[in-house]
Amino acid sequence: MGKRTPLFPEHERLGARIVPFGGWAMPLHYGSQVEEHHAVRRRAGCFDVSHMRPVDLSGPDARSFLRRLLANDVAKLKEAGKALYSCMLNGEGGVVDDLIVYYRGPNRYRIVVNAGTADKDLAWMEARSLGTGVSIERRDDLAMIAVQGPEARALAAPLLPPDCRAPALDLKPFFAAEAERWFVGRTGYTGEDGFEVILPAEDAPGFWRGLIAAGAQPCGLGARDTLRLEAGMNLYGQDMDETAGPLESGLGWTVAWEPTDRDFIGRSALTALRDNPERRDFVGLLLTGRGVLRSHQAVVVDGRAVGEVTSGGFSPTLERSIGLARVEHGLGESCEVEIRGKPVAARVVRPPFVRHGQACLDL
Amino acid sequence: MSEVPADLRYTKSHEWVKDNGDGTVTVGITDHAQEALGDIVFVETPEVGRQVDAEEPCAVVESVKAASDIYAPLAGEIVDANQVLADTPDAINQDPYGDGWIFTLRLKDPGALGTLLDADAYQALVDEES
Repeated sequence: MGKRTPLFPEHERLGARIVPFGGWAMPLHYGSQVEEHHAVRRRAGCFDVSHMRPVDLSGPDARSFLRRLLANDVAKLKEAGKALYSCMLNGEGGVVDDLIVYYRGPNRYRIVVNAGTADKDLAWMEARSLGTGVSIERRDDLAMIAVQGPEARALAAPLLPPDCRAPALDLKPFFAAEAERWFVGRTGYTGEDGFEVILPAEDAPGFWRGLIAAGAQPCGLGARDTLRLEAGMNLYGQDMDETAGPLESGLGWTVAWEPTDRDFIGRSALTALRDNPERRDFVGLLLTGRGVLRSHQAVVVDGRAVGEVTSGGFSPTLERSIGLARVEHGLGESCEVEIRGKPVAARVVRPPFVRHGQACLDL
Repeated sequence: MSEVPADLRYTKSHEWVKDNGDGTVTVGITDHAQEALGDIVFVETPEVGRQVDAEEPCAVVESVKAASDIYAPLAGEIVDANQVLADTPDAINQDPYGDGWIFTLRLKDPGALGTLLDADAYQALVDEES
C-alpha cells in the first residue's frame, strides 16, 4: 500500500484503519475520528507525521539561495530556532509546495516539506541549487511526531531528552530548540498549542508509547484534516497547487514583497496578478442549509457558478459543515453551494473557524 | 469483526433488509458498512410516498470521509423514514441494526425478498472484500 513509517507497527497494534496517503501507508483513525478531534481540542493528541520530510540546507550561499527559492523571506529569521511558513513557487507564481523553514544558525536551515511532493520538491531545489555550493540533505533517517492540544506541551516535555526539556518549555510559538539529534518546534497544524518533534527514527516508537501512556490520544489523518480545516489552514494539492498560487489561496500574508529588489522565483507573475482586478478571492464557508461541503462543489450566486469549494467537511467543534472556497472577487455575505444538484445556503466567513478550542464566529 | 444478524436479508451494496411480515421491510446499512464509512455526520432520508425501483439511490449517508448513496433493495413505496437521524446521524454508528434504521419500504412484490442475500452469503461477501 505504500512506504511505512517507523511507527507503522504501533498503528497496527492500536487497530488503526490504514489508508494510502502521498505514497505512504498511514493511519486514518484508530476508532473514531470525531473523538480524536475532540481530544486535541480539549486535552492532547499525538500524530505520526513521519511521512513529512525534513531537508537540511547548508553552505555559504544557503541564505541567499533560500531568499531566491521561497516567496517568504528567510532574512526575517534572525534568532536561532525561529520558524517561517512559506510557499515555494514556480515561475508562473503557482505553488510547488508549502513548507516550514527553521533557522538553525548562520547559513544552516531545516525545511519540512509535504509527503506527496517530497521527490518533486527535492528535484526542484537541486536543479536550482546547481553552481551555488548549497548542500541539500534529505533526512530519511528522521521520524516526526506532532503532539497537539492544550495539555500537549506539559504532557510531552518529561518525555524529551534531558537537554531538550527546559528549552522546549521556554519556546515561544513558531520557535524550535534542538539537542541530542532531537528537534522540537512549537508549531502545528491544528490551531492548538503543541510541539512538532523531529527525532531519530529509532527513538520514535518509545516516544510515541510514552505520549500515549501519559494520556495523549493517538490521532489519524482524518482528525488532522478536520482540525486544520477548522483552524483555516490550507492543504497543499487541495487549496493551492501549481496553478492556484498564494494570492488566490488566502496566503498573500506569506509573500514578502519587501525588499522590492529581492528577486524570488515567481515574483513577476505574482506582481502582475496582484494588480489584476479579476483576481479571485479565497473565503471560508459555513453551511447554513443541510448537507456537507466537499472539495469541488460549485459555489453559486443567483444561479451562476462563481467558484469552487477547495476543502470541505464536517466541523466536530461547531457541529456544522465548513469549507474553504476560491471564488470570483466581490462575493457578498451569503451564497449557495451545489450539493448533489441542489443549491444549499451558505454564509461567507473569514477563516479560521476555531482556534484554541473556541469558535471564532457566531453560528 | 462486524456483526451480521442471521434473521436479516442483505444487498451487495451493504444495506440490511428486515421483513416486517406485513408486506413492508425496514432498511439500514450494515455494521460492516458503518465501520468502513467512519463517523457518520449527516443523513438525507427519502421522502415518504416516493416510488423507488430496485437498486435506485434513495438516501445519502455522509461520514467524516465521504458521501455514500443508499440504494432501495427492491421496488416499492417509501412509507416511513427515520427522522431522528437528522439530529443524531451517529445512531447508525452506535446501533446500525436498531436505532440507525433509515427507511421503511412497502414492497411491490413481497416474493422478491428471496432474491436478496442471506446472512451466510453476505458474510462471504464481506470476507471477500476485506
